Amino acid sequence: MPQEAVFSSGVDGMVDSKDLSRAGIGWVGRHLLDLEEKPPEAIQAILRTASCFKEDRDLEWSQILRGKVVCNLFFEDSTRTRTSFSLAARKLGANVVEFTSRGSSMSKGESFVDTARNLEALGADAVVVRHHTPGTPHLLTKHLRASVINAGDGAHEHPTQGLLDILTILEVKKRVDGLKVCLVGDISHSRVARSNIWGLKKLGAQVVVCGPKTLIPPQISHLGVQISHDLDEVIPECDVINILRIQFERQRTGLFPSIREYRHLFCVDARRMALAKPDVLILAPGPINRGVEISPEVADGPNSRILDQVTNGLVVRMAGLYLTMGQPRPTEGSP
Amino acid sequence: MTLRCIRGGRIIDPSQSIDQEGDLWIEDQRIRGVGNKQTGQPYDVIDARGMIVVPGLVDMHVHLCEPGDENNETIETGTKAALESGFTSLAVMPDTEPAIDTQSSAEFITAQAKRAGHVNVFPIGALTKGRKGEELAEMGGLLEGGAVAFSDSDRPVANAEIMRRGLEYATMLNKAVLSRPEVEELTRRGIMNEGNTSVALGMPGIPTAAEQIQVDRDLHLAKWTGAKLHLQSLSCEGSVESVRRAQAEQVPVTAEANPHHFILTDVELRSFDSNFKVNPPLRSERDVRAVIRGLKDGTISVIASDHSPFATELKLRELDEAPFGIIGIETMLPLCIKHLVHPGHLTWPQLIEKLAFNPARVLGINRGTLREGRPADVTIIDPNEEWTIDCQRFRSRSRNSPFHGWTVRGRVAMVLVAGHTKYVRPGWRATEASLERR
Repeated sequence: MPQEAVFSSGVDGMVDSKDLSRAGIGWVGRHLLDLEEKPPEAIQAILRTASCFKEDRDLEWSQILRGKVVCNLFFEDSTRTRTSFSLAARKLGANVVEFTSRGSSMSKGESFVDTARNLEALGADAVVVRHHTPGTPHLLTKHLRASVINAGDGAHEHPTQGLLDILTILEVKKRVDGLKVCLVGDISHSRVARSNIWGLKKLGAQVVVCGPKTLIPPQISHLGVQISHDLDEVIPECDVINILRIQFERQRTGLFPSIREYRHLFCVDARRMALAKPDVLILAPGPINRGVEISPEVADGPNSRILDQVTNGLVVRMAGLYLTMGQPRPTEGSP
Repeated sequence: MTLRCIRGGRIIDPSQSIDQEGDLWIEDQRIRGVGNKQTGQPYDVIDARGMIVVPGLVDMHVHLCEPGDENNETIETGTKAALESGFTSLAVMPDTEPAIDTQSSAEFITAQAKRAGHVNVFPIGALTKGRKGEELAEMGGLLEGGAVAFSDSDRPVANAEIMRRGLEYATMLNKAVLSRPEVEELTRRGIMNEGNTSVALGMPGIPTAAEQIQVDRDLHLAKWTGAKLHLQSLSCEGSVESVRRAQAEQVPVTAEANPHHFILTDVELRSFDSNFKVNPPLRSERDVRAVIRGLKDGTISVIASDHSPFATELKLRELDEAPFGIIGIETMLPLCIKHLVHPGHLTWPQLIEKLAFNPARVLGINRGTLREGRPADVTIIDPNEEWTIDCQRFRSRSRNSPFHGWTVRGRVAMVLVAGHTKYVRPGWRATEASLERR
């Protein structure tokens, strides 16, 4: 597969990818809204760029976005993603404006579009947006000239999380094409699941989603994934298991009976690990509920790369900022 | 006595099975008749050659937002929009603030409509006080205040016992109950149709079952009570099938479709544009076909707009915060021509029947027909004029239409309400001829 070739050179051959300008070949667009819209070449480009930023050349990187302003526009609680984006922007030399909906004009009834326009008027070149409503970043592109990066829109997508999961897989497995990846948990309400599905499918992986029937809509199969409700049955075939966080409040809306039962049916623990391939890769986008969706010995065990994911999150976000803002900015309106 | 003659048009009046070229005669405020045998010297002659002449159209499902939300629409702007779009009679839903649930509030609607002076407006009274679904509204008083039917509008009656009593009470008054079927527990938080697109976009879904379950419940209640039930805004295959079965069993039920439900699908939500957010939501291709089938075989006898105006700043909010609704009155006729007549789903007479005679019949009002002696509400349509829908030119106060920029064919040229010329499209060729003779 030509795809695989691109990757083996992009990840193993770090020598090539040190050339930042060449790493980004294949990237399209001024925004990073979702992985569904990105062609495989663009996904490969951002992953190569991210690997490139893994090199310890901080002094050099810190000139790239000098003088640019990145605005973190978070309408939903987040510590990890926001911190990661801030640090990524600073490492590239950009100024960062933090904006959270609490303590701002949002509470006075200003619309989010007006808020974003105001921030743009302050000189924002890129807006990193997290919002509980699907499509909000897409909507912003119609009203702003700045680049827009989606840091999670409702249950729709969280592209940088999908990309960092894939980068971690690539580093460990050296390929994505042909791998079988299982996403375990609440697929219905998970933006991480959707970004993983699109990214992984475009790079040639097989994707299985596994969880309670009430948290997996049957229509998800139209995204080209296999559906399972029996973790023991799918675990032996998997190369990667990505464990999604279960939100306890779902229980109150009748989507599953109890945490106890969830743990019994879907917790990745030592017993289930015994069914898996010895080199199975365990990922979890976090924050994790230890002892619910994953047992502590698995989370801290040899197959887990949960902390690598955090490191990779930083470089993926650097790559996202670099590629979206590296494009010339249109003078009037936006496409 | 003044006599007017609309000469040489294709006269379509489904109430009398008329579809012929000829003259329509109007005496004072009433229809005098169709044909050439009329005697007398007309006061003026309107040259309608090449035009289609139909009874003034009736839209029985509009929200005019007054009183309470005049920022979105007023009776003045909404009726003006109706007039210039060929609609001479509107039935307005009671979901105002406060609700139209008393005689005096119904009288306010008709008084405002008279003040505006554009078209006939018939209030729909709330079925329950404050549309809360708890106690019946004073339906007798509403009737005296001018209400022609009863409905809790977009807050359907959840309690089956209250719905049963409402239907029973309505039979005493010989009026229809209009129901916009939805089981609310199944739609809460929903933004769009539950299906492939909602799952791909991670959007909370509104399942078709939410509509079908309520359709079935209401059909059972109508059968039981013998009340006239009219189901509004049917959007999915299962609902159409249930109504078809019920009608075969002689249940006194009529059904209505809105243009967006037979033109658009939920795939449009991929744009994240809140102008596609409507309840019931845009459904699948399969549902669109089922609604069209229902229109073709007569299961769905009424087409209405569910005209729901919302100010731009409300629709600009995030998709989950933006209100549900599409404005439709100014696009309904050309869209029906384009999507029902041109593809051959309906003939012109069938379309006019669903846009005039049938809704008038459901409401029990004296309109939607060109019968002798009836009020002379007449719409003249140029079936060939091509034009582009432009929201900025709407007479409505709001702009929330997903059809902006669409090219359509067929446009209203002239409208008479009770024999008076209320609208002539600027530049229409018959204008001078008709006005000169005044």
